[in-house]
Amino acid sequence: MTLTTQDVEKVAHLARLQLDPQATDAYSQALTSILALVDQMQSIDTDGVLPMSHPMDATQRLRIDEVTEQPDRDHLQKIAPATEQGLYLVPRVVE
Amino acid sequence: MQWEAVIGLEVHVQLATASKIFSGASTAFGAAPNSQACEIDLGLPGVLPVLNEKAVEMAVLFGLATHADIPERSVFERKNYFYPDLPKGYQTSQMAEPIVGPGYVDIPLEQGGIKRVRIHHAHLEEDAGKSLHEDFHGMTGIDLNRAGTPLLEVVSEPDMNSAKEAVAYLKAIHSLITYLGISDGNMAEGSMRCDANVSVRLKGEPKLGTRCEIKNVNSFRFVEKAINHEIERQIELIEDGGRVVQETRLYDPDKDETRSMRSKEEANDYRYFPCPDLLPLVLDPAYIDHLRSTLPELPDQKRERFTQQLGLSDYDAGVLSSSRALADYFDRATQLCGDAKLAANWVTGEVAASLNRDGLDITQSPVAPEQLAGLIKRLQDNTINGKAAKQVFAALWAEEAHTADEVIEAKGLKQVTDTGAIEAIIDQILQDNPAQVEQYRSAEEDKRGKMIGFFVGQVMKASRGTANPQAVNQLLKTKLDAL
Repeated sequence: MTLTTQDVEKVAHLARLQLDPQATDAYSQALTSILALVDQMQSIDTDGVLPMSHPMDATQRLRIDEVTEQPDRDHLQKIAPATEQGLYLVPRVVE
Repeated sequence: MQWEAVIGLEVHVQLATASKIFSGASTAFGAAPNSQACEIDLGLPGVLPVLNEKAVEMAVLFGLATHADIPERSVFERKNYFYPDLPKGYQTSQMAEPIVGPGYVDIPLEQGGIKRVRIHHAHLEEDAGKSLHEDFHGMTGIDLNRAGTPLLEVVSEPDMNSAKEAVAYLKAIHSLITYLGISDGNMAEGSMRCDANVSVRLKGEPKLGTRCEIKNVNSFRFVEKAINHEIERQIELIEDGGRVVQETRLYDPDKDETRSMRSKEEANDYRYFPCPDLLPLVLDPAYIDHLRSTLPELPDQKRERFTQQLGLSDYDAGVLSSSRALADYFDRATQLCGDAKLAANWVTGEVAASLNRDGLDITQSPVAPEQLAGLIKRLQDNTINGKAAKQVFAALWAEEAHTADEVIEAKGLKQVTDTGAIEAIIDQILQDNPAQVEQYRSAEEDKRGKMIGFFVGQVMKASRGTANPQAVNQLLKTKLDAL
C-alpha cells in the first residue's frame, strides 16, 4: 500500500499536526515503508487466532464507588493559559 | 406513494454513581465549575484510570433487564477526536467488545399489542465536559466537572417505524433505568439524552434509505416532534426529486425544524484502538448470576401481575407500572386494604388528580399509602359513603389530620344507616316541600324516577352527606308511593 500526499495531510489534520509542506513527501515515503511491514505481517495465516488487545494475561481491577478526590482547582488551573470564574478559557468554538 | 420511516435511537444514560467512571472525583450535579475535575478527568500525564465497580454493576443490571447476553469479556477503547471539552483528545469508550450484547425491550403500541425493539448492544463510556459559549472576551469557557461521568450508551436496531414508537421505546428505557435505580433519568438535567437516526423508504422496499442523525433531542415531546419533522422533510425532499444527504442535524424546538449541523463530507474518523491503560474487563458468571438474583420486579412483570393476579384493566396496569414509586405506592395500599380495584381507582383517580393539580410526584404525596388504605377500609365497611370519602381524602391531603378515622370523627362524616334516623329526616323534608310532593304524586309512574332525585338531594344535604344513599332512595320511594 502506498500513501499519497493527500493521505498524509489527512492523517496530520486528524492528529492536529502542522506539517512542513516540504516534508510531506518524506513522510509519505517513511509511512509507506511502515505499511509495507504491516503488509508483510498481514500475509501470515492468523485463522483461529484471537485478536489480542492486551499483551498481558491480566484483567481489569475495579475500584469501590467512593469519592476520594477533592480537586484543588486553583492549583490545577495554574498551568492553564487563561481561566475565568473557575472556567478554562479556550479560543471560541463554533460548530 | 406509501412511505415508511425507519428509526433507530442511541440513548445515553448517565449512571447514578457517586464517583466518576475512572476516577474518585464526585459526579454531583451543579457544583462550582471545575471543582470536581481531578487529574485523571483532566487527562494530565502520568495518571492511570481505574474502573468503577458500580458502573460495571449498573451496566450488567441493564443488560439482564433487557434480556441481553452479557459477554464474559469486554474491552475499553479510545475514540479519538479533538474538542476542547475533551481534554485527553480521546473519549474512553467501548466498540468491538461492549459490556452488554444484543437484547430487546417490548413496547406497547397505540393500536394495542406490543412490538419488540431489538437492542444492538449497550456500552460503557465517559462523558465529556461542557462548553459555555457566552462571551468570555471572545473566548469559550470550559467546565470539566461532567468529564468522566459514567454513561451507558444504549444502541437500538432500526426497528421503529414512527415517532410514537420511538417515544414508547424511550419511555420503556426510562422506566427500566429508574426501576433498576441505575439513573435518575432526569432528562432536563441531561441524565438521559437521545440521538435519533431517521430514514424513509417506500413501503415494501427492503433497502434502507439514507439516514440523518438528529442530535440531542432531550424530552419525550421533542423526540416525537423532531422525528415527525425530519420524516416529513425527507419525504418532501425525495418527492421533489432531491436526495437525502447523510448528515447530522440539530432540532430547534422554537422553530420546530431540524437544520444541518455539519455534513459528514469529512466523515469522522475516530481511529478506535484498545486503551492501553485499561485491561480487558472479565466478568465471572457467578457474579452475573448474583446480580440477576438482585433484579427488582420490572415494569413488564408488574403489568402482568396487575392484570393477571389483581384483575386490573390493561390501562390501569399500564399507568400504575409506569414508575416504580407509583407501583410501590399502589402495592402498599392494596396490601393494607385488600382490594386492588378500589386501591387502583383511588391511586389513578383522586391521588393522581391531586398530585397533578399541586405539581407533585408520587414520592411527595401528602397522603401516604397507609392513610389511603385506612380511608378505603372505611368505605369497605360502610362507615362512610363515597361522597364523604372524597371529603376525608381532601382533609388528609390538606394534612388536617393523620388518619381517616380522625377526619371522620372530627367532621361527623360517619354514614347514617340507622333507618329511624333517616326516616325522621325524610319526614321533615316531605313536610317542608308540599308542592314537590304534590307534583310527584300527580306525575306519571315513569316520570317519578327522575323526580325522586330532588328529595334524595335534600335528604343528603340535611344529613350533611352522611346518610347511606341506597337506604335514602329505598325509604323515600316507599314513603312517597304510600302517600
